[in-house]
Amino acid sequence: MTAPSWLSRVATIVLPIALAFAVALVLLQLAGAPPFEALGLLWDGSVGSAAKMSDTLAAWVPLTLAAAGLVVTFAAGLWNIGVEGQIVAGAVAATWVAREVPGPAAVLIFAMLVAGVVGGALWALLAGLLKTRGGVNEIFGGLGLDFVASGLAIYLIIGPWKREGVASTSGTDLFRPEAWMPTVGVAQFPVIPIALTVVAVVLVYVLMRGTRFGLRLKAVGKNPRSAHLLGIPTERYTLAAFLLCGGLAGLAGAILVSGVFHKLVPSVSGGYGFLGILVVLLAGYRAAWIAPIAFFFAAIAVGSTQLSLRLDLDSSLGGVLQGVLVLFVILLGGWRARRTRRRTALMEPEGP
Amino acid sequence: MSLELLDIHKSFGQVRANDGVSLTIEAGTLHGLLGENGAGKSTLMKILSGFISADSGRIVLDGAPLRLSSPRDGIRAGIGMLHQDPLLFLPFSVLDNFLLGGGGGLRVDRDAGRRALEETAGRFGFAFDADAPARSLTVGERQQLEIVRLLWLGARVLILDEPTTGISATQRTTLFEVLRSLAAEGMIVAFVSHKLEEVEELCDRVTVMRKGRVVGESEMPAPAERLVEMMFGRVLAESEPTPPPFGEPVLEVGGVTLRERTLTTSELTLSVREGEIVGLAGLEGSGQRMLLRAAAGLLPPMSGRVRVRGRDLTGRGYREFLHAGIHYLPAGRLEEGLVRGLTVAEHVLLARGEMDFFIDGAAAREDARAAIADYAIVGAPESTAESLSGGNQQRLLLAMTPLDVRLLLMEHPTRGLDIESADWVWTRLLERRDTGTAIVFASADLDELLRYSDRIVVFFSGRALKVLEARETTGEELGHLIGGRELV
Repeated sequence: MTAPSWLSRVATIVLPIALAFAVALVLLQLAGAPPFEALGLLWDGSVGSAAKMSDTLAAWVPLTLAAAGLVVTFAAGLWNIGVEGQIVAGAVAATWVAREVPGPAAVLIFAMLVAGVVGGALWALLAGLLKTRGGVNEIFGGLGLDFVASGLAIYLIIGPWKREGVASTSGTDLFRPEAWMPTVGVAQFPVIPIALTVVAVVLVYVLMRGTRFGLRLKAVGKNPRSAHLLGIPTERYTLAAFLLCGGLAGLAGAILVSGVFHKLVPSVSGGYGFLGILVVLLAGYRAAWIAPIAFFFAAIAVGSTQLSLRLDLDSSLGGVLQGVLVLFVILLGGWRARRTRRRTALMEPEGP
Repeated sequence: MSLELLDIHKSFGQVRANDGVSLTIEAGTLHGLLGENGAGKSTLMKILSGFISADSGRIVLDGAPLRLSSPRDGIRAGIGMLHQDPLLFLPFSVLDNFLLGGGGGLRVDRDAGRRALEETAGRFGFAFDADAPARSLTVGERQQLEIVRLLWLGARVLILDEPTTGISATQRTTLFEVLRSLAAEGMIVAFVSHKLEEVEELCDRVTVMRKGRVVGESEMPAPAERLVEMMFGRVLAESEPTPPPFGEPVLEVGGVTLRERTLTTSELTLSVREGEIVGLAGLEGSGQRMLLRAAAGLLPPMSGRVRVRGRDLTGRGYREFLHAGIHYLPAGRLEEGLVRGLTVAEHVLLARGEMDFFIDGAAAREDARAAIADYAIVGAPESTAESLSGGNQQRLLLAMTPLDVRLLLMEHPTRGLDIESADWVWTRLLERRDTGTAIVFASADLDELLRYSDRIVVFFSGRALKVLEARETTGEELGHLIGGRELV
């Protein structure tokens, strides 16, 4: 390789973003909207003001937490599609604490976060055991558990935890104020969740870069047979990866109910888990890259609501942009792999 | 009509799978291609069927040069490949499998297909229930279906890659009859096998490959010892200085029967003592690997006991065997030994059972440098496992083998290595032997078996045919036993 690796790393991120924006501009033109004005609105709607910045950060937190967890499961060679359900499980557990546990705000919020971590981790452990003991591929097990978790949340909302007098899918009653995540300033910056997220990302980074656990996990993920023969207890490491990812996803769920909705709503995760998978793919499975990429995704998601308000466009444009972006990244990666393969094939010696 | 392969080269990384192979197969003769696993037969046949492309060389069929860049090209040119494991779509019906890959447009003419299937199958005395799912067919019947399909697609050349694996004796007889009649009709038939007796039984002419090259051709019948010599290389008798006396038993296998896939072994009994080297000889898949895996605790025996250093570990987990002091080095270095994508330094770290929770990067690099120097590995601490050559991968695996191992179980310790690397590997192994480590290894290299073993166990289709004192046997005797016959 001639270019320094960080340069090619940056290129693999910047080039697809440029291509994705080009596609978005064409789409906007086709939809009859002024493309550059739309992009301007996207900017204003995401980072243009303190309030918008706060909204973007509120979306960045769960997305980054889920992505940080997914870095661990991807390292273990697992497609933890169940991350979405693990967020919901964390939200449900935190809601239970908010409803049942007395006490002042500090105690209550701490208990909610711990409950979220435990709920998400247990939900992930279920997917893990289904894989290691039941032989169920984690993609199908996780997908199934996603539906179960979402069903459980809806059942609780219209059943046992229904609002006084009316059962409605708009959510439970609001939590009492002690269970609301405190914020800072008029723009309501979610400072505690941001701090927790930063800690989580650093933790995952250190874990994967500089520890025995991370190294063995990578070995299990890249070649379970060799890892087993080296004497690594592969099942234990697989389950540990699930527990870690589920814990972080559950934390995201707890933060969503405590800091964003202040109640349990049916679609509490709203796709942060699935979006987290895209973030990790774009980051090339590295913890160091997920924070900025997740921020970019969060900004697009929050900013695109402006498009519908001001230009009468559908806000799903943001989703289209994200999807196109990931497609370009994967396409570029595949194309590069093909090219290097062809080149090495050509360099091989031709006989003696 | 004839099929000619001219100067075919194909390398995978450092490995020259085909190194200037030239071969002519005449129509009307049943042509055998004989060689041990890893000799390059399968690579050659995959090139011939268009499955992979050669680096250089030409293929000429009936005077016309062929360009094969995909299996589709192979079929169009009339080359039909019968894979070891017939590539059927199991949930589909027999008829649908038959029609797959056939010409025609979007519409599938099932009635015409049914007639064609019955007619073609009838020519060979095969009978299929066209509507039964392919799943319900035995391996032998799947093969028959595949042959019928290839002929119906217009194959002029039929290549069979190890076709007798997993089929019954009756099906084998039928298969051989069909092949003989096809050859008699003027088809080009190539029969690829590592089983000497099958080639002897079936073929009119045989080409022997070893280490990616054609090493000889012969009309059949030919003396078996000559073919064995071609397959395994000339055996040089050499004497080594007497090793230190043996110690306590390290491995005791008593009346063990093992089963893996289609092969079930008869009762195997073997005792290996400290400082002893036991070679396992035999054609690939005769039970040697199963015995090694049983001794490593990776394949639980169906009956019998396995004791390691006096402790009965029958049915215990692999990690208990590890703690008892065994170490297993499988043949697939990148598949079962090393981890693709991890560096040399990371491998050295992983191999150490105990390590601190936080990795000291500088110390790890230092350790890796020491291992690289000690084991003469061509590579850096940051080199990934897959970027190393086969010989250096084996050196890395040796460097990762803890020094306190009491029983080393190895498959093909020097396969794919050049002579220098192979000698070096054995020097290191003998050093370990001198400190009392017992070594049990499987090999296809008669020279290696005779030179380094104290005793040689010869396997033949799941039986331990004979245990030989390496010093008192000859390459000729060993070659005969490997082929399943006593020397008379």
